[in-house]
Amino acid sequence: MNPNKKRLRRTMMFLNAQKPGLIKDPYIYAPDSLMLDLEDAVAENQKDAARFSLYHALKNIDYKGCERVVRINGLETPFWQEDIRCAVAGGCDAIRLPKTESAGDVKKVEDAVTAAEKEFSLPEGRVLIMAAIESARGVMRAMEICEASERLFGIALSGGDYTKDLHTHITGTGIELMGARQNMVIAARATGVQCFDTVYTDLDNMEGFRQDVETIHLMGFDGKSIVNPRQINIVHEIFTPSEKEIIFSEKVVREIDKKRAEGIGVFTVDGKMIDIAFYDGAKRTIDLAKASGVYKGDL
Amino acid sequence: MEIMKPAIAGTLESSDCQVTVEPGDGEIDFTLKSSVMNQYGNQIRRVVMETLENLEVSNVKISIVDKGALDCTIKARVEGAIFRSVGQMEHLPWGGAIKP
Repeated sequence: MNPNKKRLRRTMMFLNAQKPGLIKDPYIYAPDSLMLDLEDAVAENQKDAARFSLYHALKNIDYKGCERVVRINGLETPFWQEDIRCAVAGGCDAIRLPKTESAGDVKKVEDAVTAAEKEFSLPEGRVLIMAAIESARGVMRAMEICEASERLFGIALSGGDYTKDLHTHITGTGIELMGARQNMVIAARATGVQCFDTVYTDLDNMEGFRQDVETIHLMGFDGKSIVNPRQINIVHEIFTPSEKEIIFSEKVVREIDKKRAEGIGVFTVDGKMIDIAFYDGAKRTIDLAKASGVYKGDL
Repeated sequence: MEIMKPAIAGTLESSDCQVTVEPGDGEIDFTLKSSVMNQYGNQIRRVVMETLENLEVSNVKISIVDKGALDCTIKARVEGAIFRSVGQMEHLPWGGAIKP
């Protein structure tokens, strides 16, 4: 398995690949992933120019550990195959497919990525794939999409197009996204891939943004797509385990290991009843703390 | 490559440059306007000439209005204008004539 498949992806920041001023130094804001966009942000008559800009940025700019994901144009356009050749040749880490509606869509991208890796003499399996789901049909097929390719590391909800397909609109309350979010995060967990939430575009409402991030964090999402650097710290703060959570998780892991050796199944930690069912969650908190760079313990 | 028709790539936004190419008179005719001409004029010229050489373009009028573009952006815009001028949008030689 590609070791980057499970990397930390709390924030994915969208950037127009055609804009040199945007893509020259976004790493200074330290998002986990950069989403270099060849799709909606780029005008139809600039698709060709955006690819040259993308290729040279990927080849020449040191993004200092930020994952470099390229959003290609949809499979219904004449652009996506050259987008993949350009992005793979440039050395991107992953391809994001928009408007994914079936396992077949993911397989088409997988085949094109494999062919590009071969053409540009890159190790097979280096470039990962993520699928953006933007329609009712895509949401209902989330499970088969998640299982379509060994390269697929996650799925992402794209709320704007999805709500249009559902004959509603973004309200800011999250009600219109509830079913899709729930269905997608369950499909992702059932298949062992990551799940990312849609963008929040009201930049004047940072409190609303915070509530939105808290909601999707509680629902089990791995991260959120973002459109402005101001949103990064809020997401990282909410998705990074607190010191209290880390200390409690350490105690849970140590106590379960100890009690298991003693043949004890149920016991208490800090007054809370604990059994083996808490083990994986506590380990996950510690892994997340390590990946976020805040863990100082020795587990 | 032979420049077929006039073409433009890039913008006049900060950190970008706008490149215009048209068929030449048997040589490379290069003009540059840059806000950082004194510091980087020679460097920009070198990047443009290198990019033209990689693409085997020797007969072109090329003019550049630079707004503080990085070398990689200058390359991207020169290539963008030249491939537009020949109408090639697909099967591009990434890693070949399009050198990092």
